[in-house]
Amino acid sequence: MTTLQSNLLENHTPTGREEAWRFTPLKRLAGLHDGSAKPEARNSLTLNGTAQSGVSFTRGAVTAASASEDAIVNRIRNYTSDGAILAIDKNVVVDAPIFLNRSCGGVDTAELSRVQIRLGEHSKATVILENTGDTHLAEDLEIILAPGSDLTFISLQEWGSKAVYAATHNAIIDRDATFKAIHVTVGGDVVRLLPKVEFVGPGASADLQGVYFATAGQFFEHRMHVDHAVPRAKSNVNYKGALAGDKAHTVWIGDVYIRAAAEGTDTYELNRNLLLTDGARADSVPNLEIETGEIVGAGHASTTGRFDDEQLFYLMSRGIQEADARRLVVRGFFNEVIALIGNEEIQERLMTRIDDELEKAGK
Amino acid sequence: MSTLEIRGLKVTVDTEQGVKEILKGVDLTIKSGETHAIMGPNGSGKSTLAYSIAGHPKYTIAGGTVTLDGADVLEMSVDERAKAGLFLAMQYPVEVPGVSVSNFLRTAATALRGEAPKLREWVGEVKSAMEGLKMDPSFAQRNVNEGFSGGEKKRHEIMQLELLKPKFAILDETDSGLDVDALRIVSEGVVRAKEANNLGVLLITHYTRILRYIQPDFVHVFAAGKVVEQGGPELAEKLEANGYAEYVGA
Repeated sequence: MTTLQSNLLENHTPTGREEAWRFTPLKRLAGLHDGSAKPEARNSLTLNGTAQSGVSFTRGAVTAASASEDAIVNRIRNYTSDGAILAIDKNVVVDAPIFLNRSCGGVDTAELSRVQIRLGEHSKATVILENTGDTHLAEDLEIILAPGSDLTFISLQEWGSKAVYAATHNAIIDRDATFKAIHVTVGGDVVRLLPKVEFVGPGASADLQGVYFATAGQFFEHRMHVDHAVPRAKSNVNYKGALAGDKAHTVWIGDVYIRAAAEGTDTYELNRNLLLTDGARADSVPNLEIETGEIVGAGHASTTGRFDDEQLFYLMSRGIQEADARRLVVRGFFNEVIALIGNEEIQERLMTRIDDELEKAGK
Repeated sequence: MSTLEIRGLKVTVDTEQGVKEILKGVDLTIKSGETHAIMGPNGSGKSTLAYSIAGHPKYTIAGGTVTLDGADVLEMSVDERAKAGLFLAMQYPVEVPGVSVSNFLRTAATALRGEAPKLREWVGEVKSAMEGLKMDPSFAQRNVNEGFSGGEKKRHEIMQLELLKPKFAILDETDSGLDVDALRIVSEGVVRAKEANNLGVLLITHYTRILRYIQPDFVHVFAAGKVVEQGGPELAEKLEANGYAEYVGA
């Protein structure tokens, strides 16, 4: 068994010694990983507005589209087969974004949530999942793209300060389908998010973009797993993180696995971290495992750096005071990804949240 | 009428070999509307003078004073110096990824003027400054200095000079890396700023060619961290003919 496979091949209660769990503060996971959490049927996910023709949002029995070896996903699946299903019929093109909202409440019990987003053949949609409030939530979210479909999936973690969110977002991508994901994590006590991509048909593409900003005491982990099992798929990963404040901790893991059959694969992954203060810690681990040489490209890069004083000097020399200059640089750092959301109201809301977090963190 | 006065300025930097004195007692007085050229060989401390006046943290003031109309510049933070009326056009302007020129200029103008400029007037100001420097309108949407050519960076610096309207501008080798056409366009921008705001200019250069476009009232020869000779425009002609050999010690 390869190292990358073993990352997720755990079907027991994690101890923290496993590769997939070695960074996660298990004690702060609210028992979501070991079965000690008290589940309650909260079904907190709702569709905002009414679904247009060809789009449905229902609750019902969910059959897992892909086996998982993740301990939390399997706890959720053992607990319930009930879940929320957002389906877009084949050939339906939805112009306006579909908003899925989360109404949370309470951290004395937990929610174990199953969600499936299904795109029919040659359908096209943008789905925006807005996570707010305080909750203990474990989530098994599957995204199923039929051949030729096109989904932009935007997942916003704007949690309250007590929230614990442990989720797998697994995209199963068939022939010639296009998947774009933007993950934004700017709130919560502990967020452990596993964006996964499984290519099951040739010629598909996945673009995973993400930003995260952790301040004092927050733990945000983003652990990609991109599985190139079929020929001619393309993947791109670009995550940017900033940290400020004592014991702010972020983890970014980028596992890309190119199997023997995946000839013609083209993949690149990048993670950049900006440390704004002392006392914060950013872990960044790109992993690339290649079983065939017949590929177009495979690369990765990871950088972790401090605030650039020359940028600060340049801006201040134009009369901009220090706090504003810092805000401008941090906004600029995140803007590359945030601008991709394509919704001014959300972009400004996220930037304001980032400003606020920055201000709270102080210098 | 404003006066920028530099008296006995001594500046050190920390190097791996220890503290090194770069400026060894600089005296200069610049009044509104005057143009002073500072010429000197590489390593004589010209850029150190520019950055020290602007307040770059790398430089330590070891002695002397810098005052602007009597106010102690050395006591001010970097942004306060800009607010007091100082502007440094940098030789190597810094990239600020993700921040558009348009956003940057408006933020700076807001900071310096104490209130956000009225949108319609501001758009006009920016447009006119860009046209004057023969810059494409799409320039405003690009990120600050990111992927700019050498010439674009210098035009962007002078555009800021025209928009931010300081009392005194220090131009640190603004002519370096410019072709003949760009040098003329950038120089015309400086002359416009001078005429519009009675700007005082401290122009740092190795070469006399920029002085054909921006005529100096005074020329100072800088060597080994201090001013070693002063004169009128004719001194620049002499330097052009003889070089700096007589000042750097044979």
